[in-house]
Amino acid sequence: MPVRADDPARRAVERAARASYGRLVAFLSTRTRDVAGAEDALAEAFATALQQWPADGVPANPDAWLLTVARRRGADALRRRRTSAVHAPHLMLIADEIEAAAASLGDIPDRRLALMFACAHPAIEPGIRTPLILQTILGLTAAAIASAFLMPPATMGQRLVRAKARLREAGIAFAIPDKEELPGRLDAVLEAVYAAYAKGWAETGEPGTPQLADEAIWLGRVLVALLPEQPEAKGMLALMLQAEARRPARRDTGGAYVPLDAQDTRLWDIARVREAEMLLAEANAGGPSGRYQIEAAIQSAHAARRLHGVASWGAIVALYDLLFALAPSPVVALNRAVARAELDGPAAALEEIDRLAGDPRMADYQPYWAARGHLCARAGRCGDAKAALTLAIGLAADPAVRLYLQGQRDRLCNGGT
Amino acid sequence: MRYLLMLYADEAVGSKFTPDEMRPFMEQMFAYQAALTKAGAFVATAPLARTDRACTIRMEGGEMKVHDGPYAETREQFGGYFIIEAADIDMARTWAARCPAATWGSIEIREIIDHCYP
Repeated sequence: MPVRADDPARRAVERAARASYGRLVAFLSTRTRDVAGAEDALAEAFATALQQWPADGVPANPDAWLLTVARRRGADALRRRRTSAVHAPHLMLIADEIEAAAASLGDIPDRRLALMFACAHPAIEPGIRTPLILQTILGLTAAAIASAFLMPPATMGQRLVRAKARLREAGIAFAIPDKEELPGRLDAVLEAVYAAYAKGWAETGEPGTPQLADEAIWLGRVLVALLPEQPEAKGMLALMLQAEARRPARRDTGGAYVPLDAQDTRLWDIARVREAEMLLAEANAGGPSGRYQIEAAIQSAHAARRLHGVASWGAIVALYDLLFALAPSPVVALNRAVARAELDGPAAALEEIDRLAGDPRMADYQPYWAARGHLCARAGRCGDAKAALTLAIGLAADPAVRLYLQGQRDRLCNGGT
Repeated sequence: MRYLLMLYADEAVGSKFTPDEMRPFMEQMFAYQAALTKAGAFVATAPLARTDRACTIRMEGGEMKVHDGPYAETREQFGGYFIIEAADIDMARTWAARCPAATWGSIEIREIIDHCYP
């Protein structure tokens, strides 16, 4: 029987895939140390759910249902691979453990964190550690990860497959590593959690659906609790909380997009801002500043607008200079240029982003064209502004952003060239 | 790799818009085409006339059978297409998600097979 896309059972499967994928992979692969195998078993469980839930109804505990089916598939596959009776007690042990855990899903997140640190093992090539965490623990697709890392999706896919094979070959332990090993692995874990937050930041989604942003903040809290002496963990949590505090102000009552400088600061979640400020103060007292502390400080300077009515652009530009020295990416260069426009005017900023124009990664990077359009408009270059804003509109996947940019293009250069 | 993005939408809904109301949508589609071109991903596009001007033919026993209307009667009709150049299906999906038509209908993505057999 064909299943319609809007079938409630299908939506329940999608919700479970979205909310629980990483949790379930983390759990299934803890003992077997086989992430690819766990994903295969889980994929079969989701396929079974798509067949059965529309007919039989959605089970009361979808996660436990999926875990049980995936566990059976995984055990079958293991049995096929090594039929020796020696392994039977081991398999029984896994089955028992999973059964017990399915009854109390609250235990799983710590294992998930353990798996995140395992993905950041020295045996895994540094550049692929964060994408591996994003895919296996947070359930992001290779395409979404590739776009976050400005990389072709096919390349990203191949590298992920190789890294998973490497995890299995090396028999990497899914235990939280010793204290002295943590700092060396923390960067990749922080980067993955933050990339997940960045992906979830723009999502509005159905009410009541667990959001990727909430998930990332929750993991950030677990990390801070696990590593209270690490300033960057606190810095990253502060950064996420600052961004999350603005969520209620990012759309008006009609659902239209509101840019940061036009947001009603009274709508910002002041409890989250305060928590972020406290974390950042603790982080700054705790050691040298890393990129998350600097980025959190930039957001903190934006948040100061709630108190003073104006953002402190001098401080923001100085912080971006610091950030660029630490992490010279085209995205940081772009953001720094946009901040500089507030101090030195649009022409100076345009000169800076002109240097990025030849970077092929900018050709389909929507924020680049939106920034370029706004700066050209302010510099009175109406033709250039229209052309850049047109590209930004064409690259926007969010209809609210599209409408906002369209409005900008219509207004800023009314009757322009 | 080349991909065909088939744009489906409900004609009955679309026909209720006046030309003035349609203009913002058309501007968005134009911007989308400009972005595809800038990124080197644009190959071709065309809008299609309404399905009440379509007919479907089939040869049966050497005889042509003509049926008025599209091949399948569905709520959403095939109303236009883009052919794009993309590294893989993931990239094709990324471009399809940016197509404004995805917000008022659905888009089917099909890879175009480039081999020609004599």
